Amino acid sequence: MTDTPLNPPADLPIKVTARNVVVSYSGKQALHDVSIDIPDRSVTAFIGPSGCGKSTFLRCLNRMNDTIDGAVVSGSLTIDGQEINDKTIDPVVLRASVGMVFQKPNPFPKSIYDNVAYGPRIHGLALTRPELDEIVENALRKAGLWDEVSDRLNHPGTGLSGGQQQRLVIARAIAVNPEVILMDEPCSALDPIATARIEELIDELRENYCIIIVTHSMQQAARVSQHTAFFHMGHLVEYGSTEDIFTNPRDKRTQDYITGRFG
Amino acid sequence: MTDTPDISPIRTAVRKNLGARYRAELRFRAAGLGAVAAAVGILIILLSSIVSGGLPAFTAHELALTVDLDREAVDPMGDGSEDSLRRGGYSRILQSAMRAEFPEVQARRDLRNLFSLYTALNATRLMDDVLEDPSLIGTRHVFTMPLADDLDLYLKGHLVDDRTLSTNGRLTLTDEDRDVLVRSSATDFRDLAAEVSRTLRARATVLEVEADALELRAEGLTGTEAEDMLYEAQVNRRQAADIRATLDAGAGPIELDGSLPSIIVESDQRAVLLTSLARDGATARGRYLLGGGEIEPTEAWTLYVIDTPAERRRVSDQLIVWTRALEERGAIRAVFNTYLFANADSREPELAGVKGALYGSILTMIITIMISVPIGVFTALYLEEYAPKNRFTALIEVNINNLAAVPSIVFGLLGLAVFINAFGLPRSAPLVGGLVLSLMTLPTVIIATRAALQAVPQSIRQAALAVGASRTQTVFHHVLPLAAPGILTGAIIGLAQALGETAPLLMIGMVAFIADAPTLGLEGFTQPATVMPVQVFLWSDGAERAFQARTGAAILVLLALMIGFNALAIYLRRRFERRW
Repeated sequence: MTDTPLNPPADLPIKVTARNVVVSYSGKQALHDVSIDIPDRSVTAFIGPSGCGKSTFLRCLNRMNDTIDGAVVSGSLTIDGQEINDKTIDPVVLRASVGMVFQKPNPFPKSIYDNVAYGPRIHGLALTRPELDEIVENALRKAGLWDEVSDRLNHPGTGLSGGQQQRLVIARAIAVNPEVILMDEPCSALDPIATARIEELIDELRENYCIIIVTHSMQQAARVSQHTAFFHMGHLVEYGSTEDIFTNPRDKRTQDYITGRFG
Repeated sequence: MTDTPDISPIRTAVRKNLGARYRAELRFRAAGLGAVAAAVGILIILLSSIVSGGLPAFTAHELALTVDLDREAVDPMGDGSEDSLRRGGYSRILQSAMRAEFPEVQARRDLRNLFSLYTALNATRLMDDVLEDPSLIGTRHVFTMPLADDLDLYLKGHLVDDRTLSTNGRLTLTDEDRDVLVRSSATDFRDLAAEVSRTLRARATVLEVEADALELRAEGLTGTEAEDMLYEAQVNRRQAADIRATLDAGAGPIELDGSLPSIIVESDQRAVLLTSLARDGATARGRYLLGGGEIEPTEAWTLYVIDTPAERRRVSDQLIVWTRALEERGAIRAVFNTYLFANADSREPELAGVKGALYGSILTMIITIMISVPIGVFTALYLEEYAPKNRFTALIEVNINNLAAVPSIVFGLLGLAVFINAFGLPRSAPLVGGLVLSLMTLPTVIIATRAALQAVPQSIRQAALAVGASRTQTVFHHVLPLAAPGILTGAIIGLAQALGETAPLLMIGMVAFIADAPTLGLEGFTQPATVMPVQVFLWSDGAERAFQARTGAAILVLLALMIGFNALAIYLRRRFERRW
């Protein structure tokens, strides 16, 4: 079965494209022929039951699959028309422009400041200390964390609450000024209040970034995303505007999933 | 819990075996507590036995002599050159200083005895003093040297059982023939005479009992064997009878010999060893061990009794008397045993020290640390963070684990074959010892480092990679600092093991008597040396009794070294951990 490339419903510029992407882990195929166009400056949600391949696809976008032994990614992936699934493309360069936020908050066991400053430091984005301070402050402000931590930047990042940690991680990701931010179930380890804050933040960040979020919560997908892609058994089943997917699914499986018949 | 009857069958079932569960828990806790108590008890016994055995070696008795560094004796060629100074008659200088202390000693045999208060090796030390400071030549110089090991032990009270008895009467000493007649105006010798006769009677009884036993055994036998036994029994009986006859005669003195306690009359730098005690309890005969001539009757005198008979101890009455006299004159003082730390090994216990072994251990450890830690850590880093997981790396992993189980002496053989025979490195050198111990420590470091790296959460690596850090940056910025405490712990365990190792050093000639300490410098790595555990091993085997205490002292120094090492590790670990 071949999935047809699905165009985004709105007339936004296309940021990320995938054509016939196949991923297998040690010979076991995890993703079948996925083709998709993801628009810029909006939130695209990937939904689907566990093991459907949505996280696998997400990890293709910053080549994190390279770090897994036995992972083979084939097909074409582009960001701004530039091929990224190519050995000649340095994953380090790619990851500098594609930030990622993980399921569990994973701040470095360093100070809040150093967490945010790490990316700019290794990429040499700031030449002077005041420049770096500015980058850190901006990133923390964008992540909505500045007011809470500005007086204790040298405290350990691991000492923050779960929600704060996740926002710190987002600040760390946006400190290198990426174009795409990947979020792999960013709220699944958080309580509803922290979740609400992150969702608010995602909504704000949409103005400037292309955000792709994997989520298990259909309500969350409905709340934060403009476009939704439904994955099932390694296939991209349906892709369209979030409204369409939730109110008028074309595929039976999508309908079954969003009405809670399985998953 | 309530008293209402349970309706639920599950609750009944649970309650039924609840008692057994709690009993099992109690048993387990008791067993655990017992194990901890046993371990602590054994540790306490071990430590207290080492400390009590080793502490005496930390003090030493030093003999201070005023030596006359006569220019002619020290500088025979008269030009003050090193060559000339090395030919000086330093033994003779020491000997004349000793003779000045005891001018009455004249006979050759007695003099030789007198010079055994110190070891002749001290002449070399005196020469070193002169070589270091030639301005001493022609002056009178106070030279201190350690007292002979047995006498040091005697003064520490480890060699003989002795006591000093006070006296009541006035003492007169009169020369009579070749003896001294010792007279007290009170019956000061009565108790001692009674003691001696009790001892003799007991000895007679023992002889008779032995004779009975021999006769009994001979009854069942025939031939020459039985005859020999009967003859021996007869001799025993005759000896017993002689002893009893002398004691029962009532008159005549009781003779004292080397099989009986030594009784010494001491008064103002005079000492008389009693050879017989008269029955009246007030007179005795003896001979001078110190001083001589008749004295004014005096009340200032004591009886010094050495209960360990002269036959059964290593130091004679004469040496003990001289030692006591020197101590009384203030020439012998108990001081902190600096020789233990200032000297390398020596045949003479009083001059033997741990300096050589300590320096050897330090140099060896420097090599071991410099080789095993970086190689071990980087090997583990590569295997854990970079190497693909395939058959080949699995094989390497298995072999590293096997290497940890190889008996340490095998590494010694390897060191002999490779480092000494193939590479031609010097024998007995800390360099080779360090290399061999590195081989031994490597697997421990690698395994501990891999475990520490595995314990670093994967999420940290992902976080670093996701912001665009390269693999190497991820490892060095995040993984390694987080694993550092674990790596340090592993490395310290490995190095502590290496610090206490003797077997692999056997093969490369580091288990040897080495009388010079290596220098703590670059050249020290190739000089002959030994290490602390080897020194413990060598001393524990020493014939001299004084080496016993030194063994304990060396163990204490080794323990202190280990504790210092571990303390450093804990400090470093704390510092790394502070970076959360």
